[in-house]
Amino acid sequence: MTFLIQQTLLYAVPLMIVALAGVFAERSGIINLALEGIMIFGAFVGVLFIRIMQGMDVFQAAFAAKNWMALQGMELLAMAVAALLGAVFSLLLSFASVNLRADQTIGGTALNLMAPALVLFLIRIIANQNTLQMTEGDAASWFMIKKTTLGFDRKADLGFLGNTLLHQVYLATYVCIILFIVLSILLYKTRFGLRLRSCGENPQAADSLGINVYRMRYAGTTISGALAGMGGFVYALTTANCASTGDVAGFGFLALAVMIFGNWKPGNIAGAAILFGLFKCVAASYASIDINGDGVYMLATLGISSHVYRMLPYIITLVVLAFTSKKSRVPKAEGIPYDKGQR
Amino acid sequence: MKERHTLLEKEGTKSVLASLISIIIGLLVGSILILVVGAFSDNLGLGSAWEGIRLVFFGIFSTGRNAAGALTWGFNPQSIGNMLFRATPLILTGLSVAVAFKTGLFNIGAPGQYLMGTLATLAIALGIPSTALPGPLLWLLAFLGGILAGALWGCIPGLVKAFLNINEVLACIMTNWIAANLVTWFFDVNKMFQNTVENTKTSYIYKTAYGRTFVDGAWTYVDGNGVSTAKLGLDKLFPGSQVNAGILIAILFAILVYILMTKTTLGYELKACGANRHAARYAGVNDKRNIVLSMAIAGALSGAGAALYYLSGNTEFFWSTYQALPATGFNGIPVALLAANNPIAVIFTGIFMSMLNIVGLQLTKLTAYNEYITDVIISVIVYLSAFSLVIKMLLTSRRKHREAAAPAAVPPAEPAAPPVEPAESLTESAPPAEMPPVEAPPAEAPDAAAEKGGEQA
Repeated sequence: MTFLIQQTLLYAVPLMIVALAGVFAERSGIINLALEGIMIFGAFVGVLFIRIMQGMDVFQAAFAAKNWMALQGMELLAMAVAALLGAVFSLLLSFASVNLRADQTIGGTALNLMAPALVLFLIRIIANQNTLQMTEGDAASWFMIKKTTLGFDRKADLGFLGNTLLHQVYLATYVCIILFIVLSILLYKTRFGLRLRSCGENPQAADSLGINVYRMRYAGTTISGALAGMGGFVYALTTANCASTGDVAGFGFLALAVMIFGNWKPGNIAGAAILFGLFKCVAASYASIDINGDGVYMLATLGISSHVYRMLPYIITLVVLAFTSKKSRVPKAEGIPYDKGQR
Repeated sequence: MKERHTLLEKEGTKSVLASLISIIIGLLVGSILILVVGAFSDNLGLGSAWEGIRLVFFGIFSTGRNAAGALTWGFNPQSIGNMLFRATPLILTGLSVAVAFKTGLFNIGAPGQYLMGTLATLAIALGIPSTALPGPLLWLLAFLGGILAGALWGCIPGLVKAFLNINEVLACIMTNWIAANLVTWFFDVNKMFQNTVENTKTSYIYKTAYGRTFVDGAWTYVDGNGVSTAKLGLDKLFPGSQVNAGILIAILFAILVYILMTKTTLGYELKACGANRHAARYAGVNDKRNIVLSMAIAGALSGAGAALYYLSGNTEFFWSTYQALPATGFNGIPVALLAANNPIAVIFTGIFMSMLNIVGLQLTKLTAYNEYITDVIISVIVYLSAFSLVIKMLLTSRRKHREAAAPAAVPPAEPAAPPVEPAESLTESAPPAEMPPVEAPPAEAPDAAAEKGGEQA
């Protein structure tokens, strides 16, 4: 069970945070199809930052001395840098769709094409191959929190909860969960959140009450870009061993599906992310032998192909779209450029 | 009547200009990136950056390096032939996106339709014993199978858009990934298609040149027994390249789509739905049927692209594709955008895109840079075409200023010069000031963008 919960969380958390990124953009009225692209960019930036930091003596010494506080700090710093540059990258989208009133779908598609191209171009120049990895060691030895890092004995039994939540986990996972909660409150319980959402529903009315629609839309897409960039790095760190390969295996689009399935509401999105994360986990560890006594092996004996689990999130989303299109909470003004002069 | 004609003419030249400017800016951004990387990298240097930039612009005419290590230039039949070969699927996916655009739909589902076309084509070409049917018939069957599979897959987003009013972009994204998983599943289960003859390769499907043959009591694949597209002497014209008659079929399809969209009632109805769905319905057009039909045609074109690419007999399909979608599908979007959705123009923009592709390969082969720079250029072009209307507005205001400032003015960009001339004479005869001269174009652009927005979205 521990294995199942941990693996599901590894997949669910990036999905959740990137889906929330989608919510921030769409609630402000901008369709952010570029989630995948921003994730790819964020993953690259984060991994590059880690590589540069690894070259510094301070962190080399910290690693040698097993100073895990410094290493966790480096992880958090990398997340922040990925978020910052993700936000900068997303400015391309907000500039095109807010200032130039361009087609947001095409703008997003452009970013989705640009990110892997730019990233692979640079990775090939830097590393002379198609993968950018850490210069030494791996994510598990540098960043993973284990029993021993927390000062427990290797053999100590921390109980079910302790084993699940404190052993072989990443700090990034918990930071993302806390951020998810904080930002959901920001979106629903603060004046800023209300204003942001009003710009996605009826920008003309919002403008008439003195809200700067352009600024709100910039804010929405920038927060979106920051979250997606960070989510991309968290994905690379926790599931791809801190390597950037110019793709995130369609996670950005899966996050889009999570957002739709979650009906643009944070609570539902968390649930949807866990469900889709479970599917991903089942598909990924499908054929593994039953060492952990988890349900995954039992699923394998059912004879349902792992391809079905990979496909299910998209099929479910399509079906949900089909059946709930009437009561969908899709922001009413999303995708429509705001024009002050229009009534 | 005359006035409307001149306006239309102006619209066309402006589209061409906007596309040319997008291309030039895209190439410049690529060059700047090469320059920056070259200047800051220890092992590249400015000399190699200059070589890279020259290759970005003229790579199609590169013939390699001479003994002294300098780049040589000239007619390279292999590059040109491969360019035409790679243009084949791009023209068709470009047409696919363009047809949907004309009906007001953004077909981001071309990759999925392309994959389903690939699946059907390969399953037919490799599944039917090569002795059961004459080669050309098997080829035709596989081609039609690819078209049909693409059309059916395109129908899904069309149906949910027409009857449930679901955003076709979201439906297309979902069907793309479903297709990627389906295709992987199919070839994972049907192991007989997996290439085991050339055992240096993993996860590839047989080329269609391999035919299913009954040898010594068992079914195997024999090279040369299968089907491949006729060359029609094109391989003599461009020796050493992969080119075949597929490019001619693609051009034929472009002409057919042009006739369909401009000369038939169906085409008119499709465009009417794109211009204003509700007005079209009010005028008695069955909008739901047309939306489904438009997506089916779009899907069929993408499927045809896949069929022509894989039926060439010398291309192989990487089947474990569930984590990535084919770039050819997505590149249909810039092909269509650059062509302003004109089917005839798609032929040229498709060839241009595949030229960039070849340029990328030359760059990888001859310098320390790599082919991804051309994908950056393409993405910049797509980004710019998202607001090509703003560029058109800039052109208009610029021309007004020039008229006022008299003969001393310079043309906006050298390669764009020829099309300017007719536009010049037209502006003189056209009634002045239907577009006010604008000092800060982005601020004025919204009106035009809002008007045009319906057509593009």
